[in-house]
Amino acid sequence: MDHVIIKNVEKTFFNKEEKTSFTVFNDINLNIKKGEFLSLLGPSGCGKSTLLNIVAGLDKATNGVVQVGSKTITAPGPDRGVVFQEAALMPWLTVLENVMFGLKKKMSKGEAEKKALEYLKLVHLSKFIRSYPHELSGGMKQRVSIARALAMDPEILLMDEPFGALDEQTRSMLHKEVQFIWEQTGKTIIFVTHNIRESVILSDRIILMGTRPGGIIGEFPVNLARPRQPSSPEFVKLEEDIMKQLAGEIEKVMKEEMGDDYNSKKASLLYGSNRNMGEHI
Amino acid sequence: MFTSLQRISVGFALALIIGTALGILLGQSKLADETIGSLVIALQSIPSIVWLPIALLAFGQGSTAIIFIIVLGGTWAMTMNIRMGIKNVQPLLIRAARTMGYKGSELVWKVMLPASIPAALTGARLAWAFGWRALMAGELLGRGGLGRTLLDARDMFNMDLVIAIMVIISIIGLIVEYLVFAPLEKKVMTRWGLTK
Ligand SMILES: Nc1ncnc2c1ncn2[C@@H]1O[C@H](COP(=O)(O)OP(=O)(O)OP(=O)(O)O)[C@@H](O)[C@H]1O
Ligand SMILES: [Mg+2]
Repeated sequence: MDHVIIKNVEKTFFNKEEKTSFTVFNDINLNIKKGEFLSLLGPSGCGKSTLLNIVAGLDKATNGVVQVGSKTITAPGPDRGVVFQEAALMPWLTVLENVMFGLKKKMSKGEAEKKALEYLKLVHLSKFIRSYPHELSGGMKQRVSIARALAMDPEILLMDEPFGALDEQTRSMLHKEVQFIWEQTGKTIIFVTHNIRESVILSDRIILMGTRPGGIIGEFPVNLARPRQPSSPEFVKLEEDIMKQLAGEIEKVMKEEMGDDYNSKKASLLYGSNRNMGEHI
Repeated sequence: MFTSLQRISVGFALALIIGTALGILLGQSKLADETIGSLVIALQSIPSIVWLPIALLAFGQGSTAIIFIIVLGGTWAMTMNIRMGIKNVQPLLIRAARTMGYKGSELVWKVMLPASIPAALTGARLAWAFGWRALMAGELLGRGGLGRTLLDARDMFNMDLVIAIMVIISIIGLIVEYLVFAPLEKKVMTRWGLTK
């Protein structure tokens, strides 16, 4: 059953002063099943965040529609929770109050607190409920914002490079937590990342996006048993397939950003080693 | 002295309230910013004591005239700082709140205003300083309070009293600065993550 339906979506940014416009993508079609874990993978600037924000209802598509079930999206809604790249916590609220922030609108304070505590426990932050965001590490903040999104109990969780700024160890711990939560709650998740390995570890299906013209350039189902072992031959094979298809895209972006003196051999050596495109762009 | 403190308290409170309300309006509405905004900038450059003659005519010789110029002295600094605060709220916080069902005036009360607290504090500090000056100037020309006593002391050639009153004036200033604003600012800066 399709949960999220993205139909012929175009996004064009207009610059009123210079009278120019820039089309990020002009015809995205994508259906996401209920309970599916979907990753959007692509080089910087290909429009992953733009697409996610349109699904979130924070930005409007220039053309096309996004539907959740049979409902057309026009604004943010409680059915879609968002975890942003930066934690986006209110600095004047404690961890607990931050998680209660959205809950308080739909239930009594007592209930909101109970629920918030439950989700903070899920992300192992029970000890820090009275702390303020500035007292937490980056990974802890990100966990608070995951708890905040989950506590609202949205059917769909939209995550925009939630672990982009974290170190390898914290990231892999959060991968486990997210998988656990996904298995427990059966939510539909759309996960944006530039990290190939991350997308293979987590998702049921990976959508590759490219630039100029922007759009979907490939699709990889991941049929590996969980928990996934990055060292297994199937895993490595899939990673390499994805890398091959993306290599051309990454070169395009680099050429554009660096100009003519770009040397493709050097660059391919650079991103050959750790499969994280983002760090080199 | 109590007359003075009473006047500054009322005037300062009014300046904060009016300044906050105006600041929110200017920060929110482009139209208001382009019209009232320029007016505020113009008013800001007039030393508030200049208003005293008008205030005395309008409100008579009582406290009201003095409070009026304290309010005029403090309001604009508060307005401009709140306006800046509202305009500079991280868009990400607003977006996050919107995904949790916040919109319209709730966004202003629950996100923009709290996020503007550091700017508000700067505004309040300036409003206090301007208000305090306005009070002293007003009282020297008007009636009652520390300023008036200062003048009376001079008329009686009572130098000791003159000095004593000046000391009191500066001590009140220092107390407010060190016991109220400095600790508040420290706390706010830390919590809002603005300390380096
Ligand atoms: N408000 C805007 N006005 C004009 N252009 C924009 C705007 N927002 C984004 N863009 C452009 O749209 C393109 C896609 O941006 P987007 O943020 O969606 O990329 P992304 O795939 O999320 O990249 P990254 O991985 O670096 O986050 C970029 O080329 C960017 O310059
Ligand atoms: Mg992005």
